[in-house]
Amino acid sequence: MTNKSVTRRGVLKSGAVAGTGLALPTIFTASSAAAFTNEPTGASVTLGFNVPQTGPYAEEGNDELLAQQLAVEHLNGEGDGGCLNTFTSKALQGNGILGKKVEFVTGDTQTKSDAARASAKSMIEKDGAIMINGGSSSGVAVAVQGLCQEAGVIFMAGLTHANDTTGKDKKANGFRHFFNAYMSGAALAPVLAAEMGKERRAYHLTADYNWGWTQEESIVASTEALGWETVNTVKTPLASTDFSSYIAPVLNSGADVLVLNHYGGNMVNSLTNAIQFGLLDKVANGKDFKIVVPLYSELMAAGAGENIKGVLGSMNWNWQLQDEGTKAFVKSFGEKYGKPPSNSAQTCYAQVLLYADACERAGTFNPCGIVEALEDFEFDGLGNGPTWYRGADHQCFKDVLVVRGNENPTNEYDTLEIVEITPRAQVEYDPEHPMFAGGELGKCNPGA
Amino acid sequence: MDAILLQILNGLDKGSAYALIALGLTLIFGTLGVVNFAHGALFMIGAFCAVTLQKLLNLSFETVDESQKDFLGNPLKVETPYVEAWFGPEVGATIIDWSVPLAILFAIPIMLLVGYVMERGLIKHFYKRPHADQILVTFGLAIVLQEIVKYFFGANPIQTPPPDALSGSVDLGIMVGFDPNAIIYPIWRLVYFGFAVGIIGAVFSFLQFTTFGMVVRAGMADRETVGLLGINIDRRFTIMFGIAAAVAGLAGVMYGPLNPPNYHMGMDFLVLSFVVVVVGGMGSLPGAVLAGFLLGILESFASTTWATTTIPGINQIIIYLVAIIVLLTRPRGLMGRKGVMEE
Repeated sequence: MTNKSVTRRGVLKSGAVAGTGLALPTIFTASSAAAFTNEPTGASVTLGFNVPQTGPYAEEGNDELLAQQLAVEHLNGEGDGGCLNTFTSKALQGNGILGKKVEFVTGDTQTKSDAARASAKSMIEKDGAIMINGGSSSGVAVAVQGLCQEAGVIFMAGLTHANDTTGKDKKANGFRHFFNAYMSGAALAPVLAAEMGKERRAYHLTADYNWGWTQEESIVASTEALGWETVNTVKTPLASTDFSSYIAPVLNSGADVLVLNHYGGNMVNSLTNAIQFGLLDKVANGKDFKIVVPLYSELMAAGAGENIKGVLGSMNWNWQLQDEGTKAFVKSFGEKYGKPPSNSAQTCYAQVLLYADACERAGTFNPCGIVEALEDFEFDGLGNGPTWYRGADHQCFKDVLVVRGNENPTNEYDTLEIVEITPRAQVEYDPEHPMFAGGELGKCNPGA
Repeated sequence: MDAILLQILNGLDKGSAYALIALGLTLIFGTLGVVNFAHGALFMIGAFCAVTLQKLLNLSFETVDESQKDFLGNPLKVETPYVEAWFGPEVGATIIDWSVPLAILFAIPIMLLVGYVMERGLIKHFYKRPHADQILVTFGLAIVLQEIVKYFFGANPIQTPPPDALSGSVDLGIMVGFDPNAIIYPIWRLVYFGFAVGIIGAVFSFLQFTTFGMVVRAGMADRETVGLLGINIDRRFTIMFGIAAAVAGLAGVMYGPLNPPNYHMGMDFLVLSFVVVVVGGMGSLPGAVLAGFLLGILESFASTTWATTTIPGINQIIIYLVAIIVLLTRPRGLMGRKGVMEE
């Protein structure tokens, strides 16, 4: 006769095991009946749009959300179809994705990694989102990309410019359409040489976090390759609101170029301060003093106002491009919302269409099928000309724009003028390039 | 030497904002005993008074210019400000150009009213509650105020440039015998420092040389006794709340040309201003001003390349480091009075 009496210790052990099991997020314990995480079983499929709706980049997030909503409309056959008419892949028919109506849920990243992960997790677990798209920060992108890899859903990044997103932090389930800091340097360098010469002395002010560091590294490498000398690289706290203490020493440092590795409010304030100190009116080393802002966005340009006039930088895309994809998107967006889209909006719009197209071509929502369909996919018609999603690191390669603050804007949106469209070949690099080394793409994770 | 002078100027400039906000905070704490975490929001509202006036002055009517196209290729709608139509292009443009200084006049009644409503509508109900409750409710109010501003003005910074005559920079070095270009400094930053000194002087003069100020000072020293003399000290303290709000608001109005206002700017200054108040000594008006300028200058020096190379990260911790040292050596702060926050 066996002793089957219930002991206190046994109850505690069982309770602990059961409690742990119940406490595990459902994304890691999905039903074995499903082939992959959040496999759509009804007449619709849910996408998760994770953008900053509050915080310093809320305007950028709002623009992304408008573009994502437009993409959903176009996928469902509403509106004028936008880039579905210009996209070289003809798999999308305006009848949803794989015949299922596209629905979406939204999350607020707050431009904080932990908040972004929490909102993405909620959309995956509670709302059944099968893909996460959006964001305006590299820190957020890396954090959410990691979560999506673990959860077994696809992450189509929004605005993320740090090399690490498709470098040391790359993941098989994550794809970046936006360009990166290395590409900014590669595109800017020839223009800087042509406009400012090869004997310049640069002073860098750099936001003290991952994106700032990678951008500084990229721009220093590309300008020193030109023959420029780097006089100083100064890290500024991300929370800084006034940069006068950092700008004042620039005047007597022997530098004749100031490079602002800042984004968002940091960039608006540091550029405003630099103009206040009259840097652009000065002559140093016998040359006119210049300012460079390697990463521009339309919303930052609007915030910087007149201070941006004549200042060079780079962009992923601009509404003034004249390719058919750009014209179709700007028309759709402009007629619906009464303003031209930003480059982060364009990236999110393109990413949603690319995801949907990959599902159609793969014939499945299974993340591994989508990864296979997107890897080394070549396409055109979404803006920036012929584009390649490289399989080795999931980085998109396309033409990069060098832009300048418009000296004579004709309207409130005409803040930037395109100086050069840098060909894709000029910004390509080896996947094993030292600036991108250290990470493994790994294998796609379908979850479930 | 020129580098040192430049950082002192930068520090005075930063210190001006700290001192003005801390002065208002101390006025409120000294009179009403309230720890007002919404004070940074008052600074932000002041800045947005300038933004609002700028927008009002730029209210325009549209005419269609067939010769130009908008981004969709339609005929361009050209906007002409009403003030330019009413007063002529030159006078109208000058009025718009001077919108920030004009906003001082616009902001004073608004900030007095905001302060009055804030005190009568919410804060007076928390006088007898613990400081923790006051902090929670005023912090909550600050969040509400900044979200309201964000709703109407968006999250993007909005440029409020100084008048053309006061923009650009001036070579101070030449004036004091240095080489040309040795000390270049923005004109508006000098204006801001002068403005802060003027406001601080006006507040102190008001408290020192008017009957109203004398009663307020007496009330700060011994509220009960002043009340027993038949003076309605509560009413005067409410007015002081309004004045403190106006001081913070004016600091915000004039700060806009230094760094474009955004809805979050009040929070950026709030914590630092509280540190300034504590370092200066709770309840001490001269202490708040002294600590504001002192910490501004120290922060500037800590941001130099030499300082950040010698002690990495010193620019981010200097204010808190000084606060620790001051509180260890002078627990009541630089000019704190006995008995304040000690019961």
